[in-house]
Amino acid sequence: MKPRDEGSSLSGLLRYRGQQDGLLTRLNAPICAVCYFAGVAWFMGLAFEPFTLRTYMSENAMGSTMVEERFPSGERALATGREFAAHKKRVGGMPVDWLVKTMQARGLEVFTQSFSRTLPFPDENKERFMVKGTNVYGILRAPRAPRTEALVLSAPCSPGDNNNQAVGLLLGLAHYFRNQIFWAKDIIFLVNEHDLIGMQAWLEGYHHTNTTGMDWSPLQGRGGSIQAALSLELSSDVITSLDIVLEGLNGQLPNLDLANLFYAFCQKIGVLCTIQGKLQRSDWDSVSGYSQAVQTMMLMVLKQASGRPWGDHGLFLRYHIEAATITGINSFRQYKTDTTTIGRLLEGMYRKLNNLLERLHQSYFFYLMPSLSHFVSIGYYMPAFGLLAVILLLRALDLWVQLSAPPPRTEDGIVDVEQSSPGLLSVLTPLVISHLTGAALYMLPIRFQDMAVEHFPVSETEAVVLTAIAVYTAGLALPHNTHRLLSGEGTEQGWRVLKLVAVLYLAVLLGCTALINFSLGFILALSLVPVAAFVTPHVPKVLSAFVLVILSPACTLLFSVFFFQELQEMPVSFQDGWLLYLSVISQGILDHSLYGSLVYPLIALLIYPCWLLFWNILFWK
Amino acid sequence: MKLLPLLVLFTTLLKTHCVNIEENAGQFFSSGHTNNWAVLVCTSRFWFNYRHVANTLSVYRSVKRLGIPDSHIVLMLADDMACNHRNPKPATVFSHKNMELNVYGDDVEVDYRGYEVTVENFLRVLTGRLPPSTPRSKRLLSDDRSNILIYLTGHGGNGFLKFQDSEEISNVELADAFEQMWQKRRYNELLFIIDTCQGASMYERFYSPNLMALASSQVGEDSLSHQPDLAIGVHLMDRYTFYLLEFLEDIHPASKTNMNDLFKVCPKSQCVSTPGHRTDLFLRDPASVLITDFFGSVRKVEITREAVNLSDPIEQEQESPMNDDEHGKVFSYADQLPVSEIIHQKPKQKDWHPPDGFILGLWTLILLVFFRTYGVKHLKHIF
Repeated sequence: MKPRDEGSSLSGLLRYRGQQDGLLTRLNAPICAVCYFAGVAWFMGLAFEPFTLRTYMSENAMGSTMVEERFPSGERALATGREFAAHKKRVGGMPVDWLVKTMQARGLEVFTQSFSRTLPFPDENKERFMVKGTNVYGILRAPRAPRTEALVLSAPCSPGDNNNQAVGLLLGLAHYFRNQIFWAKDIIFLVNEHDLIGMQAWLEGYHHTNTTGMDWSPLQGRGGSIQAALSLELSSDVITSLDIVLEGLNGQLPNLDLANLFYAFCQKIGVLCTIQGKLQRSDWDSVSGYSQAVQTMMLMVLKQASGRPWGDHGLFLRYHIEAATITGINSFRQYKTDTTTIGRLLEGMYRKLNNLLERLHQSYFFYLMPSLSHFVSIGYYMPAFGLLAVILLLRALDLWVQLSAPPPRTEDGIVDVEQSSPGLLSVLTPLVISHLTGAALYMLPIRFQDMAVEHFPVSETEAVVLTAIAVYTAGLALPHNTHRLLSGEGTEQGWRVLKLVAVLYLAVLLGCTALINFSLGFILALSLVPVAAFVTPHVPKVLSAFVLVILSPACTLLFSVFFFQELQEMPVSFQDGWLLYLSVISQGILDHSLYGSLVYPLIALLIYPCWLLFWNILFWK
Repeated sequence: MKLLPLLVLFTTLLKTHCVNIEENAGQFFSSGHTNNWAVLVCTSRFWFNYRHVANTLSVYRSVKRLGIPDSHIVLMLADDMACNHRNPKPATVFSHKNMELNVYGDDVEVDYRGYEVTVENFLRVLTGRLPPSTPRSKRLLSDDRSNILIYLTGHGGNGFLKFQDSEEISNVELADAFEQMWQKRRYNELLFIIDTCQGASMYERFYSPNLMALASSQVGEDSLSHQPDLAIGVHLMDRYTFYLLEFLEDIHPASKTNMNDLFKVCPKSQCVSTPGHRTDLFLRDPASVLITDFFGSVRKVEITREAVNLSDPIEQEQESPMNDDEHGKVFSYADQLPVSEIIHQKPKQKDWHPPDGFILGLWTLILLVFFRTYGVKHLKHIF
């Protein structure tokens, strides 16, 4: 330590600062490592029950579950469902006329909407390419209220034997609701064809927007601004549990009050309720209890990070309509719940939503749920990401200090002339080339699928996916070729400047992503922050190249696919996993063009070029 | 022979009867009021505040049943529950679950409805400062011999009552309004009942004479709701007013129940909150105040033995010549009721607050700057 009476002389200051610089450089790596593990530990600790809060109803107008449910006709709903199934089989698609007639018989104002869409390439999961369909919806007008607000109950018309009971229950509820006089909002009963595509067409028609280039006929009847929506998926006559799905497009979640409402009614009526298909356990202090909570939370994180809507409700969220999907699950349990009880639960939920005076806004919009009765809000989970982002900032600080430090003197006291500031070109070139590669990754797969199909014996979907992977891998060869373009060699300062720019760019990118979709930002941070931290041209090339490829976005996706299957207790072999991975990539590209999902453009245009910058730095000469 | 004792008995009976008449007559005069008014206010809107409207309507019903006519009742309801779209039984407002008692009835006269229920309108009604175009049904036309019942219900806090989710009335404003009423001789005696959370804070600041106040809960306590009804889907009443209504159902125009019984309504075991009351500003003993003095409209009869001579014409008064020394005389109102002499109020102790955070921060900043400029070594001179 300096003696005190040296005062504030200049040399003393300089020496102090030098010591500080040394401190920063020396401790940088350990602090980064500590921060990384702290971030991961914080994230894992989020599922630990004492660190979470119990869910509670925040909206005063909805209050408690104090309502009398009297829905009587579950059996009649099932009969209607069977009739629907028969007509569906006869027509070979959506039985539009029968639905219109049935809804009109129940006293609703019925309208239809037809839509058509040609997908950019065939969807192999759902086996469709040129999609044409009709949506049918009936509006129950509120007996005494003006037509300013509406609620939506929807059931998808799925091919085969799926969701017949859902449509039957929807029609049964429509009949029961029509006889009540206490509705203050219009209720719209919607049966949509081709699940998400039909729902997108209906929503675009309802809100007079056209963001995805779909062709649809305008809606003849409308009901006011939609306050909340529920989508029903029920494929069996009796169920053992009800599952709620919250994740929507781009990782958007509905207001937590909707999940709270569902949970409150499940408890009141006595139906078993799950989230992510997992039951919650009360033994949080045991290892298996904690691991159940962690698995539920990780499933939610992975689903949110994928950015695709996991139910028909996912598309409502973009229009600021709180929506959730309720799925009926029939597994091997002793206690079965019949359709009347499900109808009562829905009736109770709709009566409470009827009491709303404004849109749901009192509770959280950003949260994670390790179980249905506990949640973690954004204030608690953001520090986990913050700790990872701090690593990037520390690295940037370190680089800045290194760049502004006086150049080291050589033995004969002559300053190395070559340590002058690097040319702008040597930094800008990798940036531009990486982003051009990213743009190629974004545009080439769809544009050149025809050419690929001509030359190779693959289907269109495979062509698209394989082109994407090819472009991705081609980007790995870039650094060796970039330097052929540049004359001369890169400098020590050069890679430092490039790394500073890359690290700051990554920090901004991940920060913005985490704000909108925390899960995506966190998962990308988990893999990309170590890359950003340790990569320099001086680390052993082969090993770090291997590590860099393992931590690249594509491999992160591959591991996530395997992990996701493990969490859902349906582990796959490597073969099936690889095919699943290819289908995930194709679904991501399709989601982007059909519904406007932003994950694929984000990764192709921004994350991948950023990773390429680090790859460039590794091979810097 | 037997006639004499009978005659003596008869005269004694007559005398005692006369004395009884005197006593009854004396009792008639004990309150000193000649007419009754009621101002009943419900300050909250929205469907989930159904119970506040039901509270007010049940007090309205009792007050009307005991004799106060609609022309003497100012009823202010901030929202219309009977015709709300969510009401499964339109045109009714129930106060007992299982729909036993419909307090809306078919002869309810609401004077201020919906958005007309504001703090400004409420204070104008109390003080009488209404524009000339206001109809009589919206005015409180009380005089100095009126007993007024004021009932407020809604959402409140420590020292304020919320009107319509957008404004508040504070206890200081209310006390000042009552003082204005006293100075303008707009009431003889006033009973103030409030059923909100922390209701006792609203009557803490009263300082005008002849005010008696009742509240459903003390400062720091919440008034709780009662009567959850599943068919309608809301709570129908608040606890305090529910038991108040039960108590008032037993009162009829001739009952002699007094205020001490009213203070006992809804003890903590039933109400969960502790009801409070304030009588130190009231001149009469609460035990001698009848419930019907405020809740009912009992006609008083004044017995006089003097004859009024109406035979002489009324003479005009002669104007006396103005004196010069009377010009500069300054007139002032005599203090008709020296309040400060009657009511001995303890001066309110101001709580000591630690110095403001801003001042602390400012001084810390000054100290830091001082020590930064002159070096830390000076610190050892201080400590």
